[in-house]
Amino acid sequence: MVYEWQWDFVWQILPQLVFKGAVLTVELTTLGVLIGTVIGLFTALFRLSRIKPLQWLAAAYTDFFRGTPLLVQIMIIQYALPVVFGYVPNVWINAVAALGINSGAYVAEIFRAGIQSIDRGQMEAARSLGMTYSQAMRYVILPQAFKISIPPLGNEFIALLKDSSLVSVIGMQELMNTGKLIVGARPRVLETYLTVAIIYLIMTMSISRLVAFGERRLAAGDHR
Amino acid sequence: MIIVKNLYKNFGSLQVLKNVNARIKEQEVVVVIGPSGSGKSTFLRCLNLLETPTSGEIIINGISLTDKNTNINRVREEVGMVFQRFNLFPHMTVLRNVTLAPVKVKKMSQQEAEDLCLGLLAKVGLSDKAHVYPSQLSGGQMQRVAIARALAMKPKVMLFDEPTSALDPEMVGEVLAVMKDLAEEGMTMVVVTHEMGFAREVGDRVIFMDEGMIVEEGSPQEMFLSPQNERTKSFLSKIL
Repeated sequence: MVYEWQWDFVWQILPQLVFKGAVLTVELTTLGVLIGTVIGLFTALFRLSRIKPLQWLAAAYTDFFRGTPLLVQIMIIQYALPVVFGYVPNVWINAVAALGINSGAYVAEIFRAGIQSIDRGQMEAARSLGMTYSQAMRYVILPQAFKISIPPLGNEFIALLKDSSLVSVIGMQELMNTGKLIVGARPRVLETYLTVAIIYLIMTMSISRLVAFGERRLAAGDHR
Repeated sequence: MIIVKNLYKNFGSLQVLKNVNARIKEQEVVVVIGPSGSGKSTFLRCLNLLETPTSGEIIINGISLTDKNTNINRVREEVGMVFQRFNLFPHMTVLRNVTLAPVKVKKMSQQEAEDLCLGLLAKVGLSDKAHVYPSQLSGGQMQRVAIARALAMKPKVMLFDEPTSALDPEMVGEVLAVMKDLAEEGMTMVVVTHEMGFAREVGDRVIFMDEGMIVEEGSPQEMFLSPQNERTKSFLSKIL
């Protein structure tokens, strides 16, 4: 039996997939990465600080969110926490929160590795000039660490973009869920999911191109 | 100016410094020599608390570094340090390397710091390099920038940790020349080095360290011409 591929159907559903689904996917992922970067930076600094409770807090956070499935985390945030704290869950906020908090754990490890890869002499030179620890971090260590962290941050962005499909389970109408709804109404399964897959592929490849471009730009101005 | 009393430093179970006592006067140039692993670098690094002494006391200009209430950042402003591997900030131009600490730590205005920087670069013979990045400099040039960077904080003491050991031989001279100028201007200096020529010519006093202790000290003439201690003799016979 030969499957009858219907291009008409693809063109029909494409606008909905792109302008509703993919747009929301990009929105969720971008916000997730931004939140994750902020959380990740502080978590990395906590982890490297000399204050034990901060170290423990950071370690517990990264261990939990890297060691449990994102799907479970989404379920807990959407369904378990509102029961405990008695609030009405907002799907959009919970989806962004889940993605941001999850990616924060990975970004923290990226930044930690970046900071630790900077030669000890840099900190020593800065401190020997009378700078405080925070000044040395801010002006000397972090700018160098950020630069090293860009390629792995790009990978994290790509991973999160794909993982954002998981928030479809709490009813977020992003790309994956938009596809699912189309299939529910008109069962052209192959056309729908293949189109969804290709839209994801185009997005992830665009990010990796963008990161590679950014890396080259930085390398051109690299003064190491 | 610098008083070191009963200084001990352990790394785990390893005793690196064992009861080091020293006094360094204002404008004095003290050269610390000794075999590798003798604790001379650790001794130097204790003088601005890059290493925390296990016990003992260090007093610089009447301020005890080992007192817990001392603001160490304040002391470090007065104690410049030059490292073996330069440790310039690779993501900043020479100008910014030199002006960063005066602007951020001393709250100097950018303009004032830049004027200061250009003056210092002229002094170390690198006036034309203000706007280049460290990677575009030779080792000798990098070390001269590092000296300018330390001087920009107007320190009262300069510490040099093997400043020429990472340099190609033909670049050693230019760095030593800058250090010699500095000594002639009356800067108090503590220099860990293997450059015996420099020790002899510029040093007011030579300290020989071995196995974490000061074995012998004296003027360069005494130390190089008539060392008393057997270990000093054997060390000097190997390197001179």
